[in-house]
Amino acid sequence: MSGLRVEGVSVALGSTQALREISLAFAPGWTAIVGPNGAGKSTLLRVLAGLQPVDAGIVRFDGQPLAAMRPRERSMRIAWLAQQGEASGELTVREVVHLGRLARLGLFTAPGAADEARVDAAMQEAECDAWQQRRLHGLSGGERQRVLLARALAVDAPWLLLDEPTTHLDPPHQVALVRLVRRQVNAGTTVVSVLHDLSLALLADTLVVMQQGRIRAQGARDDPQLHAALSEVFDGAIRIERFGARWIVIPHVEP
Amino acid sequence: MTATDARRRRRLAIGLALATLVLLVAGLAAGSDGWSLPDLARTWAGPDGALIVGQIRAPRTLGAWLTGALLGLAGAIAQGLFRNPLADPYLLGSASGASLGVVLLLAASASGGHAIGLATADTLARIGLVGAAFGGALLGVLLTLTLARGAQQTTRLLLAGVVVGVMLAAASDLVTSAVPEALRGKQAFLLGSTGYLGWGSCAALAVGLALTLPPSWRLARALDALTLGADTATSLGVALPKVRVALVGAIALATGLAVSQAGLIAFVGLVAPHLVRRFAPARNGFALLASAAAGGTLLLLADVLARSLIAPREVPVGVLTALLGGGYLVWLLHRRRVA
Repeated sequence: MSGLRVEGVSVALGSTQALREISLAFAPGWTAIVGPNGAGKSTLLRVLAGLQPVDAGIVRFDGQPLAAMRPRERSMRIAWLAQQGEASGELTVREVVHLGRLARLGLFTAPGAADEARVDAAMQEAECDAWQQRRLHGLSGGERQRVLLARALAVDAPWLLLDEPTTHLDPPHQVALVRLVRRQVNAGTTVVSVLHDLSLALLADTLVVMQQGRIRAQGARDDPQLHAALSEVFDGAIRIERFGARWIVIPHVEP
Repeated sequence: MTATDARRRRRLAIGLALATLVLLVAGLAAGSDGWSLPDLARTWAGPDGALIVGQIRAPRTLGAWLTGALLGLAGAIAQGLFRNPLADPYLLGSASGASLGVVLLLAASASGGHAIGLATADTLARIGLVGAAFGGALLGVLLTLTLARGAQQTTRLLLAGVVVGVMLAAASDLVTSAVPEALRGKQAFLLGSTGYLGWGSCAALAVGLALTLPPSWRLARALDALTLGADTATSLGVALPKVRVALVGAIALATGLAVSQAGLIAFVGLVAPHLVRRFAPARNGFALLASAAAGGTLLLLADVLARSLIAPREVPVGVLTALLGGGYLVWLLHRRRVA
């Protein structure tokens, strides 16, 4: 059984039941997790990254319990990008992206030429190499998001978990992000992303629709049943329309 | 690292090294008549030269630098670990814990008729002071972390640190109410003084620095990862619980040792990392080393000033650091308001 697999997972955050007996496996390619606010999307992604302990059920990676994996072993296989990119301290952009190599180097090994090359490639991929000597706290929200994405890419993990990666990004950079995800997938990376922008989410290979901590539907982006579930969890407030080769989602507002 | 960053770091390192050298000489030259190089030569050539310079001024000067270095290091670790520029050894309750440990020992020794204090030269008593301060510092940190339910929530941690600091200070007052004989020793302790530092203290402080600086520096990359948040650091494979235990232990050891040898010296742990960040913003590896050096230089400067300002009398060095450090923070606040 390869990759990440969730079996009967429940998670309570304080008095809120964030996830309720979720079972899920991911196909290779790009999976987008969507759903209304509070559906449990980010919690599920944190569970997949091994950051959120579960109250019931188990998460497996290649058949092994994820919780039993050593932290570095896990971090070399699963890269995670936070929803709200925290950033304090005085690190430059390059130094932040370099942190992605920690997963492979650990705390005590000095980086080599291969690590520097990977950092360069990640910065080019995320289009942030032009300001690599600037400090992170001096960047705009969108610029910072691209740097943090480059940090996740620098891990060079076969699994990439992205929580709201388009936050703060303007439309050209949202498009660039989709292209980047496609390149990652073509290179063999499995990408799982939480997305609020449903039109962007409908560019993914597979979608997982969540509501109130449960999986309401999982399927390919062209699946009519998935579209119906999507419309239902958003209380019919959206319409999904075909636009050439792709789908777009528009708010269902009466004139 | 940009060329400007590298230049600023080099300048800071050279500046700190030069200032330390000048202040070391000034520390040797600062006597009861104030600060004078010719007087240093005269004293050295005199009959008690070896005693005055070799046994009193030299260990005091070196000890002041080492105490400041431990406080600067503890402050830099605390600010990195808790991602809070206001964090310092006092935040975690470690200084108030160390103080309580020492006051308890002073009270016990006074009750037993063998009064000890900062001025005690007896090796066993000094070891007892170190042990009591370290135990107290550790207790203070553990109380703070227990009350804050871990170190994840910075605001909760800050509040818990304040509460524990007040509670331990009250406990210390209770002890001296019950054993008034310990009050004098406690007073010297609270004022902070480098006047009692001998070679034994220097050895203990140097061992403390050797035990805390290299391991903390080795963990600096974990502090770098923490700037992106605890979850991101964990996702990068950093074993945060172990790192936290090691670094909190380093803070407790560094603070406990500094407090046991020189009493409560405020603001050095807070101001030294601030100054380093201001002059040469850098990754935590450099910041830890530079903060230790800046802490040493600052306390050495304060010590020379404390001895020279109203010679032949001395200003308690803790009072001076509180005035200088407090003034620096007021200036910072004013600048921000103006900006």
